[in-house]
Amino acid sequence: MTESAAGGLALSGVSYAYGSKSALDDVSFSVDRGRFCALLGPNGAGKSTLFALMTRLFVGRSGSIRIAGIDLAANPRSALARIGVVFQQPTLDLELTVQRNLTYFAALHGLTGKDAARRIDASLQRLDMGERAKERVRELNGGHRRRTEIARMLIHDPEVVLLDEPTVGLDAASRKAITGHVHRLCRDDGLTVLWATHLVDEVEAGDQLVVLHQGRVLADAGAGEVAGDRPLAEAFLAMTAATPA
Amino acid sequence: MSAYLISLLAILERETLRFIGQRGRFVAALVRPLVWLLVFAAGFRAALGLSITPPYETYITYEVYIVPGLCGMIQLFNGMQTSLSLVYDREMGSMRLLLSSPLPRWWLLLSKLMAGVAISIFQVYAFLAIAAVFGIVLPWEGYLLVLPALVISGLTLGALGLALSSIIRQLENFAGVMNFVIFPMFFLSSALYPLWRMAESSELLHDICAVNPFTHAVELIRFALYAQVNFMALFWTALALAVFMALALWGYDPARGFMRRKG
Repeated sequence: MTESAAGGLALSGVSYAYGSKSALDDVSFSVDRGRFCALLGPNGAGKSTLFALMTRLFVGRSGSIRIAGIDLAANPRSALARIGVVFQQPTLDLELTVQRNLTYFAALHGLTGKDAARRIDASLQRLDMGERAKERVRELNGGHRRRTEIARMLIHDPEVVLLDEPTVGLDAASRKAITGHVHRLCRDDGLTVLWATHLVDEVEAGDQLVVLHQGRVLADAGAGEVAGDRPLAEAFLAMTAATPA
Repeated sequence: MSAYLISLLAILERETLRFIGQRGRFVAALVRPLVWLLVFAAGFRAALGLSITPPYETYITYEVYIVPGLCGMIQLFNGMQTSLSLVYDREMGSMRLLLSSPLPRWWLLLSKLMAGVAISIFQVYAFLAIAAVFGIVLPWEGYLLVLPALVISGLTLGALGLALSSIIRQLENFAGVMNFVIFPMFFLSSALYPLWRMAESSELLHDICAVNPFTHAVELIRFALYAQVNFMALFWTALALAVFMALALWGYDPARGFMRRKG
Protein backbone atom coordinates (compact mmCIF):
# COMPACT_ATOMS: atom_id res chain seq x y z
CA MET A 1 0.00 0.00 0.00
CA THR A 2 1.36 3.42 -0.91
CA GLU A 3 1.56 6.28 1.57
CA SER A 4 -1.43 8.07 0.06
CA ALA A 5 -3.50 4.88 -0.31
CA ALA A 6 -3.50 4.79 3.49
CA GLY A 7 -5.87 7.74 3.32
CA GLY A 8 -7.82 6.34 0.36
CA LEU A 9 -9.14 2.87 -0.24
CA ALA A 10 -7.26 -0.41 0.03
CA LEU A 11 -8.50 -3.94 -0.54
CA SER A 12 -6.34 -6.94 0.07
CA GLY A 13 -7.13 -10.59 -0.69
CA VAL A 14 -10.91 -10.10 -0.68
CA SER A 15 -12.84 -13.23 -1.63
CA TYR A 16 -16.55 -13.99 -1.37
CA ALA A 17 -18.84 -16.83 -2.38
CA TYR A 18 -22.59 -17.36 -2.51
CA GLY A 19 -22.73 -20.90 -1.27
CA SER A 20 -20.38 -22.84 -3.53
CA LYS A 21 -20.40 -20.17 -6.26
CA SER A 22 -17.42 -17.87 -6.06
CA ALA A 23 -18.23 -14.18 -6.68
CA LEU A 24 -14.90 -12.61 -5.80
CA ASP A 25 -11.54 -14.32 -5.83
CA ASP A 26 -8.58 -12.74 -4.07
CA VAL A 27 -9.36 -9.16 -5.11
CA SER A 28 -6.63 -6.69 -4.20
CA PHE A 29 -6.14 -3.11 -5.29
CA SER A 30 -5.74 0.31 -3.72
CA VAL A 31 -6.84 3.79 -4.68
CA ASP A 32 -4.72 6.72 -3.57
CA ARG A 33 -6.31 9.60 -1.72
CA GLY A 34 -7.86 12.09 -4.14
CA ARG A 35 -7.79 9.68 -7.09
CA PHE A 36 -10.65 8.68 -9.40
CA CYS A 37 -10.65 4.93 -9.93
CA ALA A 38 -12.99 3.31 -12.41
CA LEU A 39 -13.92 -0.27 -11.57
CA LEU A 40 -14.72 -1.61 -14.99
CA GLY A 41 -16.35 -4.96 -15.47
CA PRO A 42 -19.11 -6.61 -17.46
CA ASN A 43 -22.41 -7.53 -15.80
CA GLY A 44 -21.90 -10.26 -13.23
CA ALA A 45 -18.21 -9.43 -12.74
CA GLY A 46 -18.70 -9.07 -8.97
CA LYS A 47 -18.81 -5.26 -8.75
CA SER A 48 -22.00 -5.09 -6.69
CA THR A 49 -20.79 -7.83 -4.35
CA LEU A 50 -17.62 -5.82 -3.81
CA PHE A 51 -19.71 -2.74 -3.02
CA ALA A 52 -21.84 -4.73 -0.57
CA LEU A 53 -18.66 -5.80 1.21
CA MET A 54 -17.22 -2.26 1.27
CA THR A 55 -20.48 -0.91 2.76
CA ARG A 56 -20.74 -3.84 5.17
CA LEU A 57 -24.06 -5.08 3.88
CA PHE A 58 -22.18 -8.36 3.68
CA VAL A 59 -19.31 -9.45 5.84
CA GLY A 60 -16.66 -11.50 4.11
CA ARG A 61 -14.56 -14.16 5.73
CA SER A 62 -11.31 -13.45 3.97
CA GLY A 63 -9.27 -10.41 3.06
CA SER A 64 -9.23 -6.90 4.44
CA ILE A 65 -10.79 -3.58 3.45
CA ARG A 66 -9.38 -0.28 4.66
CA ILE A 67 -11.33 2.93 4.24
CA ALA A 68 -9.29 6.11 4.75
CA GLY A 69 -6.79 4.00 6.63
CA ILE A 70 -9.39 2.39 8.90
CA ASP A 71 -9.94 -1.35 8.94
CA LEU A 72 -13.61 -1.94 8.13
CA ALA A 73 -13.78 -5.23 10.03
CA ALA A 74 -12.13 -3.86 13.17
CA ASN A 75 -13.84 -0.44 13.26
CA PRO A 76 -16.95 -0.67 11.09
CA ARG A 77 -18.71 2.42 12.44
CA SER A 78 -15.67 4.63 12.11
CA ALA A 79 -14.99 3.35 8.59
CA LEU A 80 -18.62 3.67 7.44
CA ALA A 81 -18.72 7.27 8.72
CA ARG A 82 -16.03 8.10 6.15
CA ILE A 83 -17.81 6.58 3.18
CA GLY A 84 -20.32 8.17 0.83
CA VAL A 85 -22.28 5.71 -1.30
CA VAL A 86 -24.52 5.73 -4.33
CA PHE A 87 -25.97 2.29 -4.80
CA GLN A 88 -26.92 0.88 -8.17
CA GLN A 89 -30.55 0.66 -7.06
CA PRO A 90 -32.13 4.05 -6.36
CA THR A 91 -32.54 4.54 -2.62
CA LEU A 92 -34.60 7.72 -2.46
CA ASP A 93 -38.09 7.85 -0.99
CA LEU A 94 -40.14 8.96 -3.98
CA GLU A 95 -42.96 10.44 -1.89
CA LEU A 96 -40.69 12.75 0.10
CA THR A 97 -39.10 15.97 -1.08
CA VAL A 98 -35.42 16.18 -1.96
CA GLN A 99 -34.82 18.11 1.26
CA ARG A 100 -36.58 15.54 3.45
CA ASN A 101 -34.69 12.68 1.85
CA LEU A 102 -31.41 14.41 2.60
CA THR A 103 -32.48 15.36 6.13
CA TYR A 104 -33.26 11.70 6.81
CA PHE A 105 -29.85 10.63 5.56
CA ALA A 106 -28.09 13.37 7.59
CA ALA A 107 -29.84 12.10 10.73
CA LEU A 108 -28.58 8.57 10.06
CA HIS A 109 -25.13 10.12 10.30
CA GLY A 110 -25.98 11.94 13.53
CA LEU A 111 -26.44 15.35 11.88
CA THR A 112 -29.42 17.51 12.71
CA GLY A 113 -30.69 21.08 13.01
CA LYS A 114 -28.88 24.03 11.47
CA ASP A 115 -25.71 22.09 10.86
CA ALA A 116 -27.58 19.50 8.79
CA ALA A 117 -29.54 22.20 6.94
CA ARG A 118 -26.34 24.08 6.05
CA ARG A 119 -24.62 20.92 4.82
CA ILE A 120 -27.66 19.86 2.78
CA ASP A 121 -27.91 23.27 1.18
CA ALA A 122 -24.19 23.32 0.32
CA SER A 123 -24.35 19.81 -1.04
CA LEU A 124 -27.32 20.55 -3.28
CA GLN A 125 -25.68 23.74 -4.54
CA ARG A 126 -22.57 21.77 -5.51
CA LEU A 127 -24.70 19.56 -7.73
CA ASP A 128 -26.79 22.47 -9.08
CA MET A 129 -29.83 21.05 -7.34
CA GLY A 130 -30.50 23.91 -4.91
CA GLU A 131 -33.69 25.00 -6.64
CA ARG A 132 -35.18 21.53 -6.49
CA ALA A 133 -34.90 21.07 -2.72
CA LYS A 134 -38.65 21.37 -2.17
CA GLU A 135 -39.68 19.12 -5.05
CA ARG A 136 -40.94 15.61 -4.48
CA VAL A 137 -38.46 13.05 -5.77
CA ARG A 138 -41.21 11.40 -7.83
CA GLU A 139 -41.38 14.59 -9.91
CA LEU A 140 -37.66 14.56 -10.77
CA ASN A 141 -36.22 12.94 -13.89
CA GLY A 142 -33.68 10.12 -13.66
CA GLY A 143 -30.67 12.40 -13.98
CA HIS A 144 -31.83 14.72 -11.20
CA ARG A 145 -32.61 11.79 -8.94
CA ARG A 146 -29.06 10.55 -9.37
CA ARG A 147 -27.68 14.01 -8.71
CA THR A 148 -29.78 14.10 -5.54
CA GLU A 149 -28.19 10.83 -4.45
CA ILE A 150 -24.72 12.20 -5.18
CA ALA A 151 -25.52 15.35 -3.21
CA ARG A 152 -26.74 13.13 -0.39
CA MET A 153 -23.54 11.10 -0.25
CA LEU A 154 -21.54 14.30 0.32
CA ILE A 155 -23.50 15.67 3.30
CA HIS A 156 -21.30 14.14 5.99
CA ASP A 157 -18.01 15.09 4.26
CA PRO A 158 -16.85 11.57 3.37
CA GLU A 159 -13.26 10.92 2.42
CA VAL A 160 -14.02 8.00 0.13
CA VAL A 161 -17.04 7.81 -2.19
CA LEU A 162 -18.32 4.66 -3.82
CA LEU A 163 -20.66 4.80 -6.80
CA ASP A 164 -22.09 1.56 -8.15
CA GLU A 165 -23.08 2.05 -11.79
CA PRO A 166 -24.68 5.42 -11.00
CA THR A 167 -25.55 6.18 -14.63
CA VAL A 168 -27.60 3.06 -15.30
CA GLY A 169 -30.80 3.93 -17.17
CA LEU A 170 -29.81 7.54 -17.90
CA ASP A 171 -29.60 9.19 -21.29
CA ALA A 172 -26.22 10.12 -22.80
CA ALA A 173 -26.37 13.79 -21.75
CA SER A 174 -27.22 12.96 -18.13
CA ARG A 175 -24.52 10.32 -18.03
CA LYS A 176 -21.93 12.78 -19.29
CA ALA A 177 -23.04 15.46 -16.83
CA ILE A 178 -22.92 13.13 -13.83
CA THR A 179 -19.58 11.60 -14.80
CA GLY A 180 -18.19 15.13 -15.22
CA HIS A 181 -19.57 16.24 -11.83
CA VAL A 182 -17.90 13.40 -9.97
CA HIS A 183 -14.60 13.89 -11.76
CA ARG A 184 -14.70 17.56 -10.70
CA LEU A 185 -15.47 16.57 -7.09
CA CYS A 186 -12.42 14.36 -7.15
CA ARG A 187 -10.19 17.10 -8.63
CA ASP A 188 -11.50 20.05 -6.62
CA ASP A 189 -12.21 18.47 -3.23
CA GLY A 190 -9.64 15.70 -3.10
CA LEU A 191 -12.25 12.96 -2.74
CA THR A 192 -11.20 9.37 -3.33
CA VAL A 193 -13.65 7.93 -5.84
CA LEU A 194 -14.41 4.34 -6.77
CA TRP A 195 -16.77 4.37 -9.75
CA ALA A 196 -18.13 1.00 -10.86
CA THR A 197 -19.29 0.80 -14.45
CA HIS A 198 -19.48 -1.44 -17.46
CA LEU A 199 -19.34 1.51 -19.87
CA VAL A 200 -15.85 2.40 -21.08
CA ASP A 201 -16.83 5.90 -22.21
CA GLU A 202 -17.19 6.92 -18.56
CA VAL A 203 -13.46 6.39 -17.99
CA GLU A 204 -11.11 9.34 -18.59
CA ALA A 205 -7.53 8.87 -19.75
CA GLY A 206 -6.06 10.06 -16.44
CA ASP A 207 -8.20 7.77 -14.26
CA GLN A 208 -6.92 4.73 -12.47
CA LEU A 209 -8.58 1.66 -13.98
CA VAL A 210 -9.27 -1.66 -12.31
CA VAL A 211 -10.74 -4.29 -14.62
CA LEU A 212 -12.81 -6.90 -12.80
CA HIS A 213 -14.01 -10.01 -14.58
CA GLN A 214 -15.50 -13.17 -13.12
CA GLY A 215 -14.56 -12.00 -9.65
CA ARG A 216 -10.88 -11.45 -10.46
CA VAL A 217 -8.77 -8.36 -11.09
CA LEU A 218 -7.47 -8.55 -14.67
CA ALA A 219 -5.78 -5.16 -14.74
CA ASP A 220 -4.91 -2.36 -12.32
CA ALA A 221 -3.15 0.64 -13.86
CA GLY A 222 -3.77 4.02 -15.46
CA ALA A 223 -6.56 3.94 -18.06
CA GLY A 224 -4.13 4.99 -20.82
CA GLU A 225 -1.73 2.26 -19.81
CA VAL A 226 -4.42 -0.43 -19.87
CA ALA A 227 -5.66 0.73 -23.29
CA GLY A 228 -2.17 0.88 -24.81
CA ASP A 229 -2.32 1.94 -28.44
CA ARG A 230 -5.92 0.70 -28.89
CA PRO A 231 -9.19 2.32 -27.92
CA LEU A 232 -10.07 1.36 -24.34
CA ALA A 233 -13.29 -0.37 -25.45
CA GLU A 234 -11.28 -2.67 -27.71
CA ALA A 235 -8.71 -3.46 -25.05
CA PHE A 236 -11.48 -4.17 -22.50
CA LEU A 237 -13.32 -6.50 -24.87
CA ALA A 238 -10.13 -8.34 -25.75
CA MET A 239 -9.26 -8.71 -22.08
CA THR A 240 -12.64 -10.05 -20.99
CA ALA A 241 -13.13 -12.22 -24.06
CA ALA A 242 -9.74 -13.84 -23.44
CA THR A 243 -11.05 -15.20 -20.14
CA PRO A 244 -13.72 -17.76 -20.98
CA ALA A 245 -16.90 -17.72 -18.86
CA MET B 1 -28.48 15.09 21.15
CA SER B 2 -26.80 11.75 20.59
CA ALA B 3 -26.54 10.17 17.14
CA TYR B 4 -28.72 7.33 18.44
CA LEU B 5 -31.59 9.62 19.35
CA ILE B 6 -31.25 11.68 16.18
CA SER B 7 -31.50 8.57 14.02
CA LEU B 8 -34.45 7.21 16.02
CA LEU B 9 -36.38 10.46 15.59
CA ALA B 10 -35.57 10.56 11.88
CA ILE B 11 -36.77 6.99 11.36
CA LEU B 12 -39.92 7.74 13.38
CA GLU B 13 -40.59 10.85 11.29
CA ARG B 14 -40.07 8.97 8.04
CA GLU B 15 -42.39 6.13 9.03
CA THR B 16 -45.02 8.62 10.22
CA LEU B 17 -44.85 10.56 6.96
CA ARG B 18 -45.15 7.32 5.06
CA PHE B 19 -48.17 6.31 7.19
CA ILE B 20 -49.84 9.69 6.65
CA GLY B 21 -49.19 9.36 2.93
CA GLN B 22 -50.93 5.98 2.89
CA ARG B 23 -54.41 7.03 3.98
CA GLY B 24 -55.83 3.73 2.74
CA ARG B 25 -53.66 1.91 5.26
CA PHE B 26 -55.08 3.92 8.16
CA VAL B 27 -58.65 3.46 6.98
CA ALA B 28 -58.10 -0.28 6.55
CA ALA B 29 -56.50 -0.50 9.98
CA LEU B 30 -59.65 1.01 11.50
CA VAL B 31 -62.32 -0.57 9.32
CA ARG B 32 -61.03 -4.11 9.88
CA PRO B 33 -61.56 -4.21 13.69
CA LEU B 34 -64.70 -2.10 13.45
CA VAL B 35 -66.29 -4.66 11.14
CA TRP B 36 -65.50 -7.33 13.69
CA LEU B 37 -66.84 -5.19 16.51
CA LEU B 38 -70.02 -3.91 14.91
CA VAL B 39 -70.98 -6.78 12.61
CA PHE B 40 -69.35 -10.00 13.73
CA ALA B 41 -69.82 -9.36 17.44
CA ALA B 42 -73.47 -8.36 16.95
CA GLY B 43 -74.15 -11.70 15.29
CA PHE B 44 -72.22 -13.71 17.85
CA ARG B 45 -73.59 -11.97 20.93
CA ALA B 46 -76.54 -14.33 21.23
CA ALA B 47 -74.64 -17.47 20.29
CA LEU B 48 -71.71 -17.12 22.67
CA GLY B 49 -72.33 -17.03 26.41
CA LEU B 50 -69.57 -15.61 28.60
CA SER B 51 -69.07 -16.34 32.26
CA ILE B 52 -67.47 -13.92 34.66
CA THR B 53 -63.70 -14.41 34.46
CA PRO B 54 -60.89 -12.02 35.41
CA PRO B 55 -60.38 -9.19 34.74
CA TYR B 56 -64.15 -8.81 34.38
CA GLU B 57 -66.13 -8.46 37.59
CA THR B 58 -69.55 -8.67 36.06
CA TYR B 59 -71.26 -10.08 33.01
CA ILE B 60 -70.09 -8.40 29.84
CA THR B 61 -71.38 -8.33 26.31
CA TYR B 62 -69.45 -10.04 23.54
CA GLU B 63 -68.51 -6.65 22.06
CA VAL B 64 -66.75 -5.74 25.26
CA TYR B 65 -64.97 -9.09 25.32
CA ILE B 66 -63.42 -8.79 21.88
CA VAL B 67 -62.16 -5.20 22.18
CA PRO B 68 -58.71 -6.23 23.58
CA GLY B 69 -58.40 -8.91 20.90
CA LEU B 70 -59.14 -6.33 18.23
CA CYS B 71 -56.51 -4.00 19.72
CA GLY B 72 -54.08 -6.92 19.37
CA MET B 73 -55.33 -7.53 15.85
CA ILE B 74 -54.49 -3.94 14.89
CA GLN B 75 -50.97 -4.42 16.23
CA LEU B 76 -50.61 -7.81 14.56
CA PHE B 77 -51.58 -6.40 11.17
CA ASN B 78 -49.38 -3.37 11.74
CA GLY B 79 -46.43 -5.61 12.60
CA MET B 80 -46.96 -7.47 9.35
CA GLN B 81 -47.38 -4.19 7.48
CA THR B 82 -44.02 -3.07 8.86
CA SER B 83 -42.58 -6.36 7.73
CA LEU B 84 -44.06 -5.84 4.28
CA SER B 85 -42.56 -2.36 4.09
CA LEU B 86 -39.16 -3.78 5.06
CA VAL B 87 -39.32 -6.33 2.26
CA TYR B 88 -40.35 -3.49 -0.06
CA ASP B 89 -37.49 -1.32 1.26
CA ARG B 90 -35.08 -4.12 0.60
CA GLU B 91 -36.32 -4.68 -2.93
CA MET B 92 -36.29 -0.94 -3.59
CA GLY B 93 -32.85 -0.46 -2.07
CA SER B 94 -33.58 1.98 0.75
CA MET B 95 -32.76 -0.70 3.31
CA ARG B 96 -29.19 -0.58 1.99
CA LEU B 97 -29.00 3.09 2.85
CA LEU B 98 -30.21 2.45 6.37
CA LEU B 99 -27.97 -0.51 7.09
CA SER B 100 -24.82 1.08 5.67
CA SER B 101 -25.07 4.04 8.02
CA PRO B 102 -22.50 4.20 10.84
CA LEU B 103 -24.78 3.06 13.65
CA PRO B 104 -25.09 -0.42 15.12
CA ARG B 105 -27.45 -2.57 13.12
CA TRP B 106 -29.41 -3.63 16.22
CA TRP B 107 -30.16 0.00 16.96
CA LEU B 108 -31.33 0.72 13.40
CA LEU B 109 -33.65 -2.29 13.47
CA LEU B 110 -34.93 -1.40 16.94
CA SER B 111 -35.62 2.14 15.74
CA LYS B 112 -37.62 0.78 12.81
CA LEU B 113 -39.49 -1.43 15.24
CA MET B 114 -40.23 1.41 17.66
CA ALA B 115 -41.50 3.60 14.84
CA GLY B 116 -43.90 0.83 13.81
CA VAL B 117 -45.07 0.41 17.40
CA ALA B 118 -45.77 4.13 17.75
CA ILE B 119 -47.96 4.01 14.65
CA SER B 120 -49.80 0.91 15.87
CA ILE B 121 -50.54 2.56 19.23
CA PHE B 122 -51.98 5.57 17.46
CA GLN B 123 -54.25 3.23 15.49
CA VAL B 124 -55.34 1.39 18.65
CA TYR B 125 -56.31 4.61 20.40
CA ALA B 126 -58.23 5.77 17.32
CA PHE B 127 -60.09 2.43 17.40
CA LEU B 128 -60.82 2.72 21.14
CA ALA B 129 -62.17 6.23 20.58
CA ILE B 130 -64.55 5.03 17.85
CA ALA B 131 -65.58 2.06 20.04
CA ALA B 132 -66.40 4.54 22.81
CA VAL B 133 -68.60 6.47 20.40
CA PHE B 134 -70.52 3.23 19.86
CA GLY B 135 -70.99 2.83 23.61
CA ILE B 136 -68.11 0.50 24.47
CA VAL B 137 -66.53 2.55 27.21
CA LEU B 138 -63.74 1.16 29.40
CA PRO B 139 -62.55 2.35 32.82
CA TRP B 140 -60.76 5.68 32.32
CA GLU B 141 -57.58 4.47 34.02
CA GLY B 142 -57.55 1.54 31.58
CA TYR B 143 -57.01 3.96 28.70
CA LEU B 144 -53.80 5.15 30.38
CA LEU B 145 -52.51 1.88 31.75
CA VAL B 146 -52.97 0.03 28.49
CA LEU B 147 -50.20 2.17 26.98
CA PRO B 148 -47.24 0.21 28.44
CA ALA B 149 -49.01 -3.04 27.57
CA LEU B 150 -49.45 -1.84 23.98
CA VAL B 151 -45.76 -0.96 23.83
CA ILE B 152 -44.75 -4.48 24.88
CA SER B 153 -47.31 -6.26 22.69
CA GLY B 154 -46.50 -3.95 19.77
CA LEU B 155 -42.78 -4.62 20.11
CA THR B 156 -43.43 -8.37 20.23
CA LEU B 157 -45.64 -8.44 17.15
CA GLY B 158 -43.38 -5.96 15.35
CA ALA B 159 -40.32 -8.09 16.14
CA LEU B 160 -42.15 -11.08 14.66
CA GLY B 161 -42.70 -9.03 11.49
CA LEU B 162 -39.05 -8.01 11.49
CA ALA B 163 -37.92 -11.62 11.81
CA LEU B 164 -40.26 -12.65 8.99
CA SER B 165 -39.00 -9.84 6.76
CA SER B 166 -35.48 -11.21 7.03
CA ILE B 167 -36.72 -14.58 5.79
CA ILE B 168 -39.10 -13.49 3.04
CA ARG B 169 -37.22 -12.96 -0.17
CA GLN B 170 -39.80 -11.25 -2.32
CA LEU B 171 -42.96 -9.23 -1.98
CA GLU B 172 -44.86 -11.97 -3.82
CA ASN B 173 -44.17 -14.38 -0.99
CA PHE B 174 -45.88 -12.10 1.46
CA ALA B 175 -49.35 -13.46 0.72
CA GLY B 176 -48.22 -16.65 2.44
CA VAL B 177 -47.65 -14.69 5.61
CA MET B 178 -51.33 -13.83 5.71
CA ASN B 179 -52.35 -17.47 5.49
CA PHE B 180 -49.68 -19.01 7.65
CA VAL B 181 -49.00 -16.35 10.29
CA ILE B 182 -51.72 -13.74 10.71
CA PHE B 183 -54.82 -15.91 10.45
CA PRO B 184 -53.60 -18.83 12.59
CA MET B 185 -52.24 -16.45 15.23
CA PHE B 186 -55.47 -14.51 15.38
CA PHE B 187 -57.97 -17.39 15.31
CA LEU B 188 -55.93 -19.67 17.57
CA SER B 189 -55.92 -17.18 20.39
CA SER B 190 -58.15 -15.75 23.09
CA ALA B 191 -58.96 -12.73 20.90
CA LEU B 192 -62.41 -13.95 19.82
CA TYR B 193 -63.32 -16.51 22.45
CA PRO B 194 -62.08 -17.34 25.95
CA LEU B 195 -59.72 -20.29 26.22
CA TRP B 196 -62.11 -22.25 28.45
CA ARG B 197 -64.62 -22.11 25.61
CA MET B 198 -62.03 -23.53 23.26
CA ALA B 199 -61.23 -26.33 25.75
CA GLU B 200 -64.86 -27.44 25.63
CA SER B 201 -64.47 -28.08 21.90
CA SER B 202 -60.94 -29.44 21.72
CA GLU B 203 -58.17 -29.82 24.28
CA LEU B 204 -55.59 -29.77 21.50
CA LEU B 205 -56.84 -26.46 20.11
CA HIS B 206 -56.92 -25.09 23.64
CA ASP B 207 -53.28 -26.08 24.16
CA ILE B 208 -52.25 -24.50 20.87
CA CYS B 209 -54.05 -21.29 21.84
CA ALA B 210 -52.37 -21.35 25.24
CA VAL B 211 -48.86 -21.36 23.76
CA ASN B 212 -49.66 -18.80 21.06
CA PRO B 213 -47.76 -15.59 21.95
CA PHE B 214 -50.63 -13.58 20.50
CA THR B 215 -52.95 -15.00 23.20
CA HIS B 216 -50.64 -13.63 25.87
CA ALA B 217 -50.32 -10.27 24.14
CA VAL B 218 -54.13 -10.03 24.02
CA GLU B 219 -54.47 -11.02 27.67
CA LEU B 220 -51.83 -8.46 28.64
CA ILE B 221 -53.89 -5.79 26.86
CA ARG B 222 -57.18 -7.10 28.29
CA PHE B 223 -56.02 -6.88 31.91
CA ALA B 224 -54.30 -3.52 31.36
CA LEU B 225 -57.55 -2.09 29.98
CA TYR B 226 -59.05 -2.86 33.38
CA ALA B 227 -56.05 -1.43 35.25
CA GLN B 228 -54.66 -4.84 36.16
CA VAL B 229 -51.42 -6.64 35.37
CA ASN B 230 -51.47 -10.23 34.16
CA PHE B 231 -47.94 -11.22 35.14
CA MET B 232 -48.11 -14.56 33.37
CA ALA B 233 -49.11 -12.85 30.11
CA LEU B 234 -46.41 -10.22 30.66
CA PHE B 235 -43.77 -12.90 31.13
CA TRP B 236 -44.73 -14.89 28.02
CA THR B 237 -45.09 -11.78 25.86
CA ALA B 238 -41.69 -10.50 26.98
CA LEU B 239 -40.17 -13.92 26.32
CA ALA B 240 -41.68 -13.99 22.83
CA LEU B 241 -40.28 -10.48 22.25
CA ALA B 242 -36.78 -11.66 23.20
CA VAL B 243 -37.03 -14.71 20.91
CA PHE B 244 -38.44 -12.78 17.91
CA MET B 245 -35.89 -9.98 18.32
CA ALA B 246 -33.03 -12.48 18.50
CA LEU B 247 -34.35 -14.13 15.33
CA ALA B 248 -34.59 -10.76 13.57
CA LEU B 249 -31.04 -9.79 14.54
CA TRP B 250 -29.82 -13.17 13.38
CA GLY B 251 -31.70 -12.80 10.10
CA TYR B 252 -30.23 -9.34 9.48
CA ASP B 253 -26.69 -10.29 10.52
CA PRO B 254 -24.46 -9.20 7.60
CA ALA B 255 -22.40 -12.37 7.97
CA ARG B 256 -25.47 -14.59 7.54
CA GLY B 257 -28.86 -13.85 6.15
CA PHE B 258 -30.69 -10.93 4.62
CA MET B 259 -29.19 -9.46 1.47
CA ARG B 260 -26.57 -12.12 1.16
CA ARG B 261 -29.07 -14.33 -0.59
CA LYS B 262 -30.09 -11.51 -2.88
CA GLY B 263 -26.67 -11.26 -4.47
